[in-house]
Amino acid sequence: MRSLAYTRFELLRTFRERRLFIFAFGFPLILYYVIAAPNRHVTNLDGTGISLPLYYMTGLASFGTMMSMMSAGFRIAGERQAGWTRQLRITPLTTRSYLRAKVLTAYAMAAVSLGLLYIAGTTLGVTLPAATWLKMTGLIAVGLIPFAALGIALGHVLTVDSTGPATGGIVSLLAIVSGTWFPVHGFLHTVGQFVPSYWLVQAAHLSLHGSGWGTMGWLVVAAWTVVLGVIAAVAFARDTGRV
Amino acid sequence: MLRGLEKSWRGPAGPVHAVRGIDVSIARGETVALLGPNGAGKSTTIDMILGLARPDEGSVTVLGRSPSEAVSEGLVGAMLQTGQLIRNLSVRELVAMAASLYARPMAVDDVLELVGLEAVAGQRTQKLSGGETQRVRFAVALIGDPELLILDEPTVAMDVEGRRAFWLSMRRLAAEGRTLLFATHYLDEADANADRAVLLARGSVVADGPTTEIKGRVGTRTIRATLPDVAVSELVALAGVQSGDRHGESISLVCSDSDRAIRELLERYEQTRDIEITGAGLEDAFLRLTGDVNEQEAPAP
Repeated sequence: MRSLAYTRFELLRTFRERRLFIFAFGFPLILYYVIAAPNRHVTNLDGTGISLPLYYMTGLASFGTMMSMMSAGFRIAGERQAGWTRQLRITPLTTRSYLRAKVLTAYAMAAVSLGLLYIAGTTLGVTLPAATWLKMTGLIAVGLIPFAALGIALGHVLTVDSTGPATGGIVSLLAIVSGTWFPVHGFLHTVGQFVPSYWLVQAAHLSLHGSGWGTMGWLVVAAWTVVLGVIAAVAFARDTGRV
Repeated sequence: MLRGLEKSWRGPAGPVHAVRGIDVSIARGETVALLGPNGAGKSTTIDMILGLARPDEGSVTVLGRSPSEAVSEGLVGAMLQTGQLIRNLSVRELVAMAASLYARPMAVDDVLELVGLEAVAGQRTQKLSGGETQRVRFAVALIGDPELLILDEPTVAMDVEGRRAFWLSMRRLAAEGRTLLFATHYLDEADANADRAVLLARGSVVADGPTTEIKGRVGTRTIRATLPDVAVSELVALAGVQSGDRHGESISLVCSDSDRAIRELLERYEQTRDIEITGAGLEDAFLRLTGDVNEQEAPAP
């Protein structure tokens, strides 16, 4: 269980960073209340049959958890700049344990972010059957895998200074295409189906209709997981030089 | 036993050769200093010993294994040249985290005591001074109880007291039979603490041996004495003397053969008093040996 000790310390130092709570957890929450609180009685948003508080709860859940997963990139870029990654490479820590710690830490952050948004949703009248909450959470968890890989890849390729704009830009763009802020139609919708975050947003919507992701969703998420996973592994393997 | 065999390496920019054909073998238990001016290839060599860089040609064997095997078995500990600490952990937690990566680590408290960090064990790593940070990095390098300890300019940010304490603990580690390899450009540190020095310049080994032998290789000794009223030109004419200088009543003669020079000096000038004969310092040797390489490699105008 030596490798879990490493994960434990990773969690400890991540959650000790106070700024994290303000920006990573506070920001999506504030955004949610700003958008959804004044419109809590809209029950059929844009003809989708979904209430506005639910729509934005799932939208911001996808946004917040995506950010949480990608934040692994900030931490990795910082560790690289400090020379800590090279220090770790000259210990018996295996690549697998290292990546597991990074992924589990990112998931822990995503879980907190998701939990807070669920609570916020309920305060605005979102009610769902227990099975739907669970199914939604399960699908979001699966949908986040490609983003864990993306965060790790960016962290090993970019510098501390460039991870911020890169992550912010990627997440914002993906959020729009994926229908986080408003339902998308036509061309955007067609493109959106091929990005993994679209399925994060859909995780909740489709759960409502009881049909899950469908083959398309699973394929897109699986394909991105493989592609980004390989990129992350290569980025980590090549990243042995001095930064 | 660490055997660094032929190692040559081309820099990413093509013609930059960081290390050109280094061939060094270090026996178990030795304390070896890696000396050289900036850009001599010290850090690149260390990177290859640790498996952080792959040599283009040649091979590195560490304790009879490949560098990555030695590292994954926890036999090597290293303090790299650049490095800060990660934030939001206390000194004790950080060292414990490092300990958790090894199968048979030393006790965290023992290491904190050895490097003199007990007083700040509870402090967050971002609150430490430069010298304390270096000691934490030293603790992290040590925690795995390594057989081979590699330190790249370990005392750079330390004050005089910290440096003294550091070398004391290094001697304890050497006495336990560990192999120590450290890079430095403080020559006095190499002189005082290493059994042997490997001098690098422009990616090549220009000298390798006990520090006394390296100093001897320069081959000059200086005779200083009090001898008024004799012209420097007469003194320089003595056998074995290369050059001479006078400051008031005292003279100093740089000799290629000080034994002959002193005999002649005393025969001819009985009044010579306060005689001192000193060997060249490691610094002289260093400048002489690395300077030669620089001259040879200077491009034709």
